[in-house]
Amino acid sequence: MNDWPLWEVFIRSRNGLDHKHVGSLHAADWQMAIENARDVYTRRNEGVSIWVVESRHIHASDPEEQDTMFESARSKVYRHPTFYDIPDEVGHM
Amino acid sequence: MTLVDLQKRFDEKIEAEVKIEPKDWMPDGYRKTLIRQISQHAHSEVVGMLPEGNWITRAPSLRRKAALLAKVQDEGGHGLYLYAAAETLGVSREELIDELLCGKAKYSSIFNYPALSWADIGAIGWLVDGAAIMNQVMLQRTSYGPYSRAMIRICKEESFHQRQGYEILLTLCRGSDEQKAMAQDSLNRWWWPSLMMFGPHDSESTHSEQSMSWKIKRKSNDELRQAFVDATVPQARYLGLTIPDPDLKWNESTGHWEFGEIDWEEFWQVVKGNGICNRQRLKDRIRAHEEGAWVREAAMAHAEKQRHRRDVA
Ligand SMILES: [Fe+2]
Ligand SMILES: [Fe+2]
Repeated sequence: MNDWPLWEVFIRSRNGLDHKHVGSLHAADWQMAIENARDVYTRRNEGVSIWVVESRHIHASDPEEQDTMFESARSKVYRHPTFYDIPDEVGHM
Repeated sequence: MTLVDLQKRFDEKIEAEVKIEPKDWMPDGYRKTLIRQISQHAHSEVVGMLPEGNWITRAPSLRRKAALLAKVQDEGGHGLYLYAAAETLGVSREELIDELLCGKAKYSSIFNYPALSWADIGAIGWLVDGAAIMNQVMLQRTSYGPYSRAMIRICKEESFHQRQGYEILLTLCRGSDEQKAMAQDSLNRWWWPSLMMFGPHDSESTHSEQSMSWKIKRKSNDELRQAFVDATVPQARYLGLTIPDPDLKWNESTGHWEFGEIDWEEFWQVVKGNGICNRQRLKDRIRAHEEGAWVREAAMAHAEKQRHRRDVA
């Protein structure tokens, strides 16, 4: 037997929050993936909404390129509020 | 990057408690050790459903039946989380299941002991899940990200398992003399196998040292076993049961319970496949797998048909 395709499961724990990756499972199709995700990942009211995505559709950045990939953000300290000097007397800004 | 650089970066991450993730470079030995350990752990969750599943239809009340059913269902879920974690290392589910069914892969020996009475369901929850929890709490801090996340999820679900088991024994111990005797008998049979769950002494354990330096394991077999005994002895006293170990005694100066030597001959016999239920457990898993084959095939055929219809439309 060949394995059923692999799916990644994302769950919104309550309205107002993002869907978050919780794990993966095998299923023949998306309906089965959602039903199985409900049975394994929400047995204790962990969710109000489920997304499933077939794992082969996910593309990822290369961890070996991590340094160069995220380098440009690291050098831009002026994107953070603490980079700017505002006298205390001005109050909260 | 050269192999030396990659190894150096890996070592630095381990040192700095940065988790290793699936696509990161890792030494072959690290990957192999994880696949072996995580898949053994997954098989244990799945085979572990058998001794308890046997009692679902015979639970003494609807409350007990619902709880046991929920617990056994959790264990199936634990198997899934762990298989999924192992698969991130590049093995397929099919390979892992094949290794279990052909008898090549190991699973925790504790599940090769039979659950003979209702009290055993209490003892399994209290002692077997209790021992598993000791190990799993430690593994939440394991260095491999997917394994650690699976353990965090599992630990959240485990504590009810131990509590429902202890409650079963508490009820029996407060019942008739026969019920109390049944509880004592189950403790007599499950105590030593539970201590064996932590594996051989540190001095005898082949993979231990390397696993500790990779931070796959964070505590040694003997450390975990001692922590389990220390936590469990007072719980047995509260039940009014006697732990079947004449050498058990409190050591004031160390603050630990000292206990007798484990029968290692029995341990190795069960590991080698000569326990009471080894053959039965594997037979049951093979039968379940074979009898489920048509369901797996039919679901796949149905999914393909649906896909085809969609494409045509
Ligand atoms: Fe479990
Ligand atoms: Fe459990």
